[in-house]
Amino acid sequence: MKYLTEYRNLEATQKVLGQIAKVVTQPWQIMEICGGQTHSLVRNGLLDLLPEEIQMIHGPGCPVCVTPMELIDLAVTLMEKGVILCSFGDMVRVPGSGISLLEAKSKGGDLRILYSPLEAVRIARENPEREVVFFAVGFETTAPANALSVLQAEKEGLTNYSILVSHVLVPPAMEGILGDPHCAIDGFLGAGHVCAIMGYREYHPISEKYKIPIVITGFEPLDLVEGIYRAVLQLEKGTYSVENQYKRAVTEEGNRAAQKVIQQIFQIGDRQWRGIGTIPNSGYVLRPEYSSFDAARKFELEEKGRAENSKCMAGAILTGQKKPHQCPHFGKECTPRNPLGAPMVSSEGACAAYYHFASTL
Amino acid sequence: MYTKPKLPDSIQLAHGSGGLMTRELLDEIVFTTFKNPYLEQKHDGAIVPLEGPVVISTDSFVVSPIFFRGGNIGELAVHGTVNDVAMCGGIPSFLSLSFIIEEGLPTSEFLEIVRSIKSAADDSGVLIVTGDTKVVESGKGDKIFINTTGIGSPHPKANIAMERVVSGDQILVSGPIAAHGMAILSEREGLEFESEIQSDTTNLNHLVCDLLDAFGPAIHLLRDPTRGGVSGVCSEIAQDSNLGVLLRETDFPIDLQVSAACEILGLDPLYVANEGILCAIVDGDRSEEILDFMKGHPKGAQAACIGSIVTDHPRKVVMESSIGGKRIVTPLIGEQLPRIC
Repeated sequence: MKYLTEYRNLEATQKVLGQIAKVVTQPWQIMEICGGQTHSLVRNGLLDLLPEEIQMIHGPGCPVCVTPMELIDLAVTLMEKGVILCSFGDMVRVPGSGISLLEAKSKGGDLRILYSPLEAVRIARENPEREVVFFAVGFETTAPANALSVLQAEKEGLTNYSILVSHVLVPPAMEGILGDPHCAIDGFLGAGHVCAIMGYREYHPISEKYKIPIVITGFEPLDLVEGIYRAVLQLEKGTYSVENQYKRAVTEEGNRAAQKVIQQIFQIGDRQWRGIGTIPNSGYVLRPEYSSFDAARKFELEEKGRAENSKCMAGAILTGQKKPHQCPHFGKECTPRNPLGAPMVSSEGACAAYYHFASTL
Repeated sequence: MYTKPKLPDSIQLAHGSGGLMTRELLDEIVFTTFKNPYLEQKHDGAIVPLEGPVVISTDSFVVSPIFFRGGNIGELAVHGTVNDVAMCGGIPSFLSLSFIIEEGLPTSEFLEIVRSIKSAADDSGVLIVTGDTKVVESGKGDKIFINTTGIGSPHPKANIAMERVVSGDQILVSGPIAAHGMAILSEREGLEFESEIQSDTTNLNHLVCDLLDAFGPAIHLLRDPTRGGVSGVCSEIAQDSNLGVLLRETDFPIDLQVSAACEILGLDPLYVANEGILCAIVDGDRSEEILDFMKGHPKGAQAACIGSIVTDHPRKVVMESSIGGKRIVTPLIGEQLPRIC
């Protein structure tokens, strides 16, 4: 398959792995931001193929993992109120403080699993007597489509459509991690798909301020080893800058049309991150002029601030301070079937990736 | 289209009452289509001739949508059960057939399903000898559910059992993976995803019979990787045999369109359902011969060897990735879900 097979090529990948081994002289800790990258590293068995000096630290870029538990509880409440709740597939198995969306469905709730928020607008159009809510989670990647759904609903004059928003942003999370005095991360692999939307201008100041290499990287094995190679080259030379490995999808400016739609609907606001806490200016909230599409406001939902399961160390996992298998509950009390926290259940969560794919034989 | 004036356009509750309307539905559609001496006995069941041990298997079919590219729920109900009998090393001869119909199903659709069942049964060499029809109120079903039970006799040369799986055995699949699941998914409401992918639904009993004729006990185990896909079958084998399963990602046969659809939807083809391929665990010394035989068979043209049974990593399935790394393959928990990004 074009654009895939050439990036899953054995010889090409091994060649770059050899180059990394040739240049590396000391231990480096590199964080891949995005859960999709974590997934690919583990699924392709890359972690065992890297030179032992290179430690990959798994970052916070799993939208499902960082969506606050309260939001899931609110979504369950909406289903109990008879709303048609539309969601991406990953979200539906994640436990809130009580039940997951899938459990709420088995109790009679109307849950629709969709790939596109525009489908939710269609459902709203076809069910004028019902309220339809899309669970708008994700990083910058999913924001344009979610914003577009609001524009479309507005254009059609639909008053029965709204979104339950929990959008988070990558750069504030990176700064949060780098600002921690215990942070031992030497370099970043930037999240390719986020940058396809946003470009990578906003990463230059971070690289400068923290003197850290950031390589915007794709998701196939060859992308990842190339990203690691470029980061290691910078680290070994003692330089730091933002590089773009994922040129086939990412430009410095990003997707202007998508950014415009985001800005039209959303503005920057504080956001709570599951397992991490509130990070100022770290997410999107609906602009006041679109507040009629805000499900939390429309249904007068209140976040109740419930405590996480104290056994789950999601925060340490999401900020790279701990690896999944270092958790005493990993694979024992906590499995994808009975997860203590979100990183074990989402397909992009580091714990799930380790549980499903890691060849700890 | 169904044109006879005697039956209404859609199935009604009364068609399941056991009264006159049931009789009309059966006479007009079911008995005329499946006409055979066993049905004509008009017993509550059927008396069929079988000698020695009997192989029996049953399965229920609830697929939605009921019509999809490459087939419909009717032929699926025949193939599914025929294949399950075949995977035990059996030669299926007779099927029972039960319908649970939601009132309102267009009679023309019911007729089309029944005709597909007839043609699938003919191709598979099995007779429908008994059955049942129930109708439930609108909203209490999903158009139509079908249950079939198949019976047959063991192939005389079959010796198929989990205990026969040993280290060194090779794992063959008879065709490209993941077609059925992706065909169904691409027609499901809400996915806004269209493709030309056809379900692979077909019978495998002739392939199994020919394999057993030619290689008998060199076939150690047979499984059809339906729900849970190839990974489900391999996990089951690893668990139950206490041995390891080693798979090679690059050797999996998969159609380009299916693999592209899996990429786009973020699904792993290893977990996607199949309805027309089998996994055969065969004697390592004869695996090449068996593979060549499969490739020469109309139901196995794209067969491939995808891995082997090993003593390393007992009870675990490990896959070598395209770039030479290794990963564990775990069985699916619940349904495979579409991903965010």
